Amino acid sequence: MFGILTWDAIPFDQPIPLVAAALVMVVMAGIAVTVILRGWWPYLWREWITSVDHKRIGVMYGVLAFVMLIRGFIDALMMRSQLALAADGAPGYLPPEHYNQIFSAHGTIMIFFVAMPFMIGLMNFAVPLQLGIRDVAFPTLNSVSFWLSAAGALLLNVSLVVGEFAKTGWLAYPPLSELSFSPGVGVDYYLWSLQIAGVGSLLTGINFTTTILKLRAPGMGYARMPIFCWTALASNLLIVAAFPILTATYAMLLLDRYLGFHFFTNEAGGNAMMYVNLIWAWGHPEVYILILPAFGIFSEVIATFSGKPLFGYRSMIAATLSICMLSFVVWLHHFFTMGAGADVNAFFGIMTMIIAVPTGVKVFNWIFTLFGGRVRFTSPMLWALGFICTFVIGGMTGVLMAIPPADFVLHNSLFLVAHFHNVIIGGVLFGAFAGYTYWFPKAFGFTLDERLGKASFWCWLVGFYLAFMPLYLLGLMGATRRLQHYDVPGWQPLMIAAFAGALVILAGIGFTGAQLVVSIRTRERRRDRTGDPWHGRTLEWSTASPPPAWNYAVLPNVTQADAYWGMKRAGLTANNAAQDDWQAIALPRRTSVGVVLAFFATVMGFALVWHIWWLAVAGVIGLAATGVAHAWRTEHEEEIAADVIAESERARRRAAT
Amino acid sequence: MNFDWPWQSGILDPQGPIGAAERTILLNATSIMLAVVVPVIVLTLAFAWWFRAGNRRAIYLPDWEYSGHIELVVWAIPALVVLFLGGICWIGSHDLDPRKPIASDARPIEIDVVSLDWKWLFLYRAEGVASVNKLVVPAGVPLHFRLTSATVMNSFFVPQLGSQIYTMAGMTTQLHLQADRPGTYPGISAQFSGRDFADMRFDLVAVAPADFAAWIAEARRGKDALDEPGYAALARPGTAAPATFKSVAPHLFETVAMGPR
Amino acid sequence: MSLVDALTEPTERSRDDTPISERGPAPVHIVVAFGFWLFLLSDIVLFSALFAAYAVLSGQTAGGPIGPQLFDRTNVLIETGCLLLSSFTCGLCTLSIEARNRLATYISAAVTFALGVAFLAFELTEFGRMVAQGAGPTRSAFLSAFFTLVGTHGLHVAFGLGWLIVMMAQVATLGFRPMVVRRLLCFCLFWHALDIVWIGVFTIVYLGAH
Repeated sequence: MFGILTWDAIPFDQPIPLVAAALVMVVMAGIAVTVILRGWWPYLWREWITSVDHKRIGVMYGVLAFVMLIRGFIDALMMRSQLALAADGAPGYLPPEHYNQIFSAHGTIMIFFVAMPFMIGLMNFAVPLQLGIRDVAFPTLNSVSFWLSAAGALLLNVSLVVGEFAKTGWLAYPPLSELSFSPGVGVDYYLWSLQIAGVGSLLTGINFTTTILKLRAPGMGYARMPIFCWTALASNLLIVAAFPILTATYAMLLLDRYLGFHFFTNEAGGNAMMYVNLIWAWGHPEVYILILPAFGIFSEVIATFSGKPLFGYRSMIAATLSICMLSFVVWLHHFFTMGAGADVNAFFGIMTMIIAVPTGVKVFNWIFTLFGGRVRFTSPMLWALGFICTFVIGGMTGVLMAIPPADFVLHNSLFLVAHFHNVIIGGVLFGAFAGYTYWFPKAFGFTLDERLGKASFWCWLVGFYLAFMPLYLLGLMGATRRLQHYDVPGWQPLMIAAFAGALVILAGIGFTGAQLVVSIRTRERRRDRTGDPWHGRTLEWSTASPPPAWNYAVLPNVTQADAYWGMKRAGLTANNAAQDDWQAIALPRRTSVGVVLAFFATVMGFALVWHIWWLAVAGVIGLAATGVAHAWRTEHEEEIAADVIAESERARRRAAT
Repeated sequence: MNFDWPWQSGILDPQGPIGAAERTILLNATSIMLAVVVPVIVLTLAFAWWFRAGNRRAIYLPDWEYSGHIELVVWAIPALVVLFLGGICWIGSHDLDPRKPIASDARPIEIDVVSLDWKWLFLYRAEGVASVNKLVVPAGVPLHFRLTSATVMNSFFVPQLGSQIYTMAGMTTQLHLQADRPGTYPGISAQFSGRDFADMRFDLVAVAPADFAAWIAEARRGKDALDEPGYAALARPGTAAPATFKSVAPHLFETVAMGPR
Repeated sequence: MSLVDALTEPTERSRDDTPISERGPAPVHIVVAFGFWLFLLSDIVLFSALFAAYAVLSGQTAGGPIGPQLFDRTNVLIETGCLLLSSFTCGLCTLSIEARNRLATYISAAVTFALGVAFLAFELTEFGRMVAQGAGPTRSAFLSAFFTLVGTHGLHVAFGLGWLIVMMAQVATLGFRPMVVRRLLCFCLFWHALDIVWIGVFTIVYLGAH
């Protein structure tokens, strides 16, 4: 009846996950009770859960990313504290069974459920606004994408309470992840949650590529598109080309585990290195899927707060697209130590280095954007400047490891761990925070507290260096990654320093939380009535903050890059607008199909993890039935009456004056 | 507490030609890149500070967005650096290819390595003895390793000697290393392999050639033989203390390297 | 000129001298078709990963049977004929949709469906025979890759058949409204894409077996 699910699946003997799970459930129950008692449920359901508005979906992605950031960061704190303790024979407080789950979960969560949703969320919010349009190409599909990502995250978190998570590292290399070496359900949780979330990401890629290539405001040719839209386009093209490889690879591993196939097994001719090749054929483009939008955000932020156009705009586009192409021919640098031979290694090493050229060009172009500017040190700008200084170090260590003989001694060491945190924290995460602080006033209509925002930035920056510079040194000293304990007493001071760094980052996260709370409480005096709090350059700043559901009462007419900057220069502001001849607008209708599909996907995933076949079949039937039922929906749009639009525009003009 | 500085241990304190060559590449490449990275950081901070909004002495160029000369320079700088590093990469990859024998007058010692859950088995091919988690080798003599795995993937790595290489079931990799001086150098698995991965350590003990012959002789006098039951017992998952075997079942490495049936 | 004027002007602009990229949002049918093309591309990437796996593992028979011992090329040729013919009838279906001819649409769709079912029947018979011979997917890495590659294509065909039924029900209940027509045309694209993938399978797996 319940497959292999029994009471043993609940880790009653392990206090840490049990207490954590209890805490999470109490908080969730508390939220649920509050929502129901205060009568917020209908609002939540109508305005958020079933919303297909790209801005709302973007915000929900952001919430998902923040919640999962906390989960992933708690994992990080546990790892760092374990290693600060477990020196020279001391076992620390986390046994290997638990520790190995924690680092696997940390990597999986931070990449798939923090970095991805954060970036996709920012794209969701900003891209249609920047393009001057009213929604993405496929709004319903967008909602489906989000809810599938959320379903994947949910399934992964269920593993905390029911069963276990993978103990294989975040990429689950076989044969360790095969049934014979990982007989538990951990790898199955990993695979099913990522398969479900992966479909969501793929659909996002299709949706945004179509949006950017086919739906732009009149006049917005390719050479007038905001640079963030360009990087988002590159990122989504990579999603379309890379995520199917991930889906196929995980499917093969699932077939091995569930049906006894021999893709990656040691027996019967399987080839584990094929998995390693395939997973990195997805994995390296994935790195650029995450970093390219961050580059776009920094470009917008640096141009805005320097009061200048981005230097070398066309050069930046060329650099973005060459990174996009090159990202598919470097995957082997993740395993030079496989013994592929000198020619192969040298080829992939050199291809990897070539990526440093367009990346270097970007850095120089940002620097020359600063030149001759009027630089305002707001918190988004601090994140951007912190990024340049940090990222070039991470880039340098990356190129270092692209040299195969250097990689032979650095591979899999803490030096590598320091390198990729250097580029992911210093690049992707700083980019996400820059984007969050930059677009927050646009999304919610009030600015964030700058003092707490800057405190958060400095904690992250200092904490990052304190946490990861010691890891670079430890790597050089011969420390490899994923050790649960070590016997070299000389490593301990550096491990303690790294833990201290993690605590400083914790303070940074605390300041971000405090910033949000304080800003919401004082929102009345933080209102952004102009819609343009930063003196922005691109179209999103030309509409109200928060924008109406239809974004633009009339689609803007674009005549140059930095369209809004040009309009302001020409003296075209909302205040002297005279027209009152508004027309009705058709908007996509809300739908529950996304959340319903996600529900059945979660049920199906859970049932498959636990071999509850009847329930899995029920889940699949539910998915199919939902899809078919949705196909008979004939009313896809609802009309916003002209006088509603007129009233909204008048109110906006009154507020701005 | 005895604290080693990074340059007193690990890969910055190499004890053999491979490790030394790799350290040289590491330091050279870092210096070349620092020559660009440090000015970039300084320039970023300097521009940001000088062009701050409050500084009325700084010029403001609100429309300056392109300069062909600067574009040429910013494409050229990273391209030249990469051209140079690419050369290092190509030459280094070939010189330090793990399969390439080390030039030496001495005949290399042939050692077969098998990674097990969670211990290292070393088979001395010519000498006919074997050891677990302790690799005794003569100093100054090239070592030729053939490596495979009887279980999941691992990576054989002695940081102070240089190059690591994967051990993979059903496949054989090769590696050439050499210890220049007698000493004890820690060895690890550098690829996560499961529960007792952190304890999958061994010591590489380099001794004078005469002492090596004595160690082999002593190993041959030991009582345990690595016959088929002996190997089966050893292969069971778990950690192991260092041990030696006086003899090895015929073609044990080849059998293991063929992979399970 | 006010902002609002600047915002409202474009609709009156001449269409001829404006580059396509500057003409504003594309019409729905273009957007849908473009998105579906992207989906098909991603699907082909998925198949490429399976083809790559097959190429790597096709020699890994682990002492088990090799391709030529298992494949019945005559059957596969007939099977291929069914699928290619179904693509032709699917093309006729496209023409019938464009002519808004309900009866012709039903007939061509029914023939397409029947040929698809025949294709699947051939494939399942082959699978069944192989499993009965002890040459199932668990026998060797080669057979794992074979069953996965061919089976994934088969699953796509099966999904396509389900989709075709739904579409015919949509034509019956909703008629040829733009939404239904768009979906029908997407289905036809999907069906042709499966043909292209099958030509790859036929060439590499069956003709290439040695």
